[in-house]
Amino acid sequence: MKARRKKLPVGGIAILLAMSLAMVGPILSVIIWAFAVKWRYPNLLPTEWGLKYWRIMLGRDTVIEPILTSLALTSVATTMAALICWPAAYAFARLQFPGRQLFLFSFIAANAVPKFALFVSIAVVFLNLNLVGTFWGVVVVQMLSAVLFMIWIPTAAFRSIPPALEEAGFDLGASHLRVFVMITLPQALPALAASYVLAFVSILFEVDSALLIGAPQITTMPLLLLSLSAQVIVQEAAVLCVMIWVPCFALLLLTRRFMSSKGIAQGFGA
Amino acid sequence: MAEIRIDKVSKSYGKEKALMQGIDLTIMDGEFVVILGPSGCGKSTLLRMIAGLEAVTGGTISIAGQVVNDLEPRERGCAMVFQNYALYPHMTVAENIGYALRVARVAKAERMARVAMVAGSVGLTEFLDRKPGQLSGGQRQRVAMARAIVREPKVFLFDEPLSNLDATLRVQMRHEIRKIHNRIGATSVFVTHDQQEGMTLADRLVVMNKGTIEQVGSPEEIYERPASTYVAGFIGSPAMNFLPGEIQGGAVILENGIRLPVPGLSGLDGTMVQVGLRPERLSLTGPGRGQISARVDFVEELGSARLAHVLVEDIAISVLTGDKLAIAPGDEVGIAIAPCVVQLFDGTTGKRIETAAHAAQQVETVS
Ligand SMILES: Nc1ncnc2c1ncn2[C@@H]1O[C@H](COP(=O)(O)OP(=O)(O)OP(=O)(O)O)[C@@H](O)[C@H]1O
Ligand SMILES: [Mg+2]
Repeated sequence: MKARRKKLPVGGIAILLAMSLAMVGPILSVIIWAFAVKWRYPNLLPTEWGLKYWRIMLGRDTVIEPILTSLALTSVATTMAALICWPAAYAFARLQFPGRQLFLFSFIAANAVPKFALFVSIAVVFLNLNLVGTFWGVVVVQMLSAVLFMIWIPTAAFRSIPPALEEAGFDLGASHLRVFVMITLPQALPALAASYVLAFVSILFEVDSALLIGAPQITTMPLLLLSLSAQVIVQEAAVLCVMIWVPCFALLLLTRRFMSSKGIAQGFGA
Repeated sequence: MAEIRIDKVSKSYGKEKALMQGIDLTIMDGEFVVILGPSGCGKSTLLRMIAGLEAVTGGTISIAGQVVNDLEPRERGCAMVFQNYALYPHMTVAENIGYALRVARVAKAERMARVAMVAGSVGLTEFLDRKPGQLSGGQRQRVAMARAIVREPKVFLFDEPLSNLDATLRVQMRHEIRKIHNRIGATSVFVTHDQQEGMTLADRLVVMNKGTIEQVGSPEEIYERPASTYVAGFIGSPAMNFLPGEIQGGAVILENGIRLPVPGLSGLDGTMVQVGLRPERLSLTGPGRGQISARVDFVEELGSARLAHVLVEDIAISVLTGDKLAIAPGDEVGIAIAPCVVQLFDGTTGKRIETAAHAAQQVETVS
């Protein structure tokens, strides 16, 4: 006899639907707006579709340039943060040194301070150093906003790797560097990737640093978005939104390929 | 080949009280030594100091005549098998086994051949392409063994490698480990808190207690002539009976006034002692016979034998009896105690007291 079919979890499905609607709904409306030429009130869908606003936006130098600037800034800032934070995270996970907990906690504390206030005081320092309005000035500040993701997630990931695995490596004849590269890194990779993507996306959308440190010479994508949404043409903002959203989404999908859900969970210390 | 010499080694973690003070132990080339002791006594620490995963605080460790205190683990030529196996989850069984060879830059063809051979010898051939996550506990254990064997190390170090297996598998792997040792003959140090595992595997047993070595000897020696109440109580199952008493006029007067005659006690009058009696060396006889009389409290059926718990007035003694006597709680019985089975330990220090009976027995076994 066949086993009794499992009852459908009606309540669960309802919650799932409601949640997806709440999350996907706004994104969907932005996407529709990006491809709408005419869309007026009582119509449920645009009356005229087209790529008109894409042509307009892509035709403007003032649009392309901030996008390229943003991508360059974000890549450099995220990568540099990774190079500094990941080894630090390893040290936090494996080494015992006085003040370790305090140090680790200070990263949260730094993030609890309103960013804007923090950046204002940094801007004052940078003014004296002639870093205001420069690419590297913005990079340095943006790295700060990545620190939380880049320290906490990797620290949890490194800590979840049993020390015995590394010890077995030493015992089997490998050097410290070799053990790190062949044993530790592959296992932490999903979490490291997760931290990289999260930091990348959060830096990409971060407004304050460019506003306070970069302006007026450095215009980033979020700044452009801000200026656009102050105007009235909804489509222009929507097009830009989609333009930013697509690469981020692609990046997330890409990391998913070599990142099991277990890896992500591990990344968050589960 | 590889003799391990541990010379006045001490160890303390940070500012805490020293865990070990002046441990001395020499493990001969090709010997299988088991370090036995309760949880937390420092067995793993000692093993890890030999492997180089933990620094010694004082003293020296030498392997094959070379002091290894300052050598990295990889320079010591020890292969360790970890309690939780420490297999690499992202590598296949073949890659796990071949890891040491890869690190040593052994050419791929040779590496594969050696991995295949070792895998064959531990029955892993059909699992070479799997990841450790897809193996059973016993199979993982074999991978851990194979990973150590493939290097052909001078020294094997085992840290409770069988404690995660079920009872049947544990016995089976125990035999395999001993067979592998007999075949390869590398010096082996095996840590366990399971006395039966220790007794069956060891050429020589090292019994540890709170960071010190209580006794070193062959399993038989340790069973027959334990150096202290600690060793006597730790080794043997069911556990040894201890009866406190005092030596008077060539006999031991137990706490409840009962007199237990023991030959060869001259000159020891007034010494407070613990009398040690192994349950399997005692036997029950009819009431009024034997050295002391007792009353049956309850009986445990063990299948092959029975463990009778009897009361000598208020002192409880267990007796292992092979013959299926009809005994029931409340029965009056006698306990037959041959003089040579009585072991005496100093009442205050717990150290063994040699009696003439033992000396006589020694001579007997030697001749
Ligand atoms: N890294 C460490 N820092 C401080 N104390 C430690 C450290 N490692 C071990 N100890 C202490 O040293 C003692 C001995 O530990 P060890 O692991 O050698 O015990 P063990 O005999 O192997 O016990 P078990 O049978 O439970 O494995 C324990 O009391 C433990 O708390
Ligand atoms: Mg241990």
